[in-house]
Amino acid sequence: MQLAKVIGDVVVTRKDDALHGIKLMVLQPLAPDGSAVGRTLVAVDAVGAGVGETVFFVRGKEASFPFYPAEVPTDAGIVGIVDEVDVP
Amino acid sequence: MILARIVGTVVATRKDPRLVSNKLLVARPMDPHGKAEGNYLVAVDTVDAGVGETVLIVSGSSARMASGMKDCPVDAAIVGIVDSIDVAAGD
Repeated sequence: MQLAKVIGDVVVTRKDDALHGIKLMVLQPLAPDGSAVGRTLVAVDAVGAGVGETVFFVRGKEASFPFYPAEVPTDAGIVGIVDEVDVP
Repeated sequence: MILARIVGTVVATRKDPRLVSNKLLVARPMDPHGKAEGNYLVAVDTVDAGVGETVLIVSGSSARMASGMKDCPVDAAIVGIVDSIDVAAGD
C-alpha cells in the first residue's frame, strides 16, 4: 500500500456497469514526509475520502476486494484515511 | 487507473481468438491537467470510446474484470469516458 493525497475527482458518465455508484478520485502518491513522488493516478474510493485528505491506497486486483462480491474493474483503490504518519 | 487520451485505432486480423470483435485503441496517458506523460499503449475498449476522447484505463490483471473481458489476454482496458476532471488549486 502507498500513501497519497487526494487532489481531485473525476466525473465519468459512460463507464463499466460495475463502476456505477463508485467515487473516482485523483491521487498524488506521497513520500512519508509528505512530498509528492511519482505520477498521479485515478483510484476508486472505498472509505469516503475527500479532496485534500491524506489516504493510503492499494494497487492491483486487490483494489476491487472492498466491493466484493461485485467485480469492480479497478487497479487502484483507497482503503484508508490517514490520521497521522510518524517517521522518526 | 490512469487517465489517457485516445489517439488512434489498431486493426489486427490475426489475433488470439478471445480478442475477436474487441476494439483496440491507441492511448496516450496524461496527467489530470491534460499534459501527456509516459508511453503510448494499446487498450481494449469496453465503453465505445473514440479518437480524441479522454478515458479511464485499468491496467494489469484487473483489466480482465472489465465487462466481457473475463479470461481474455489483455492488460489494459478502457472502462470509462471522462466528462470532467476537477483538481484542487495548487495540486
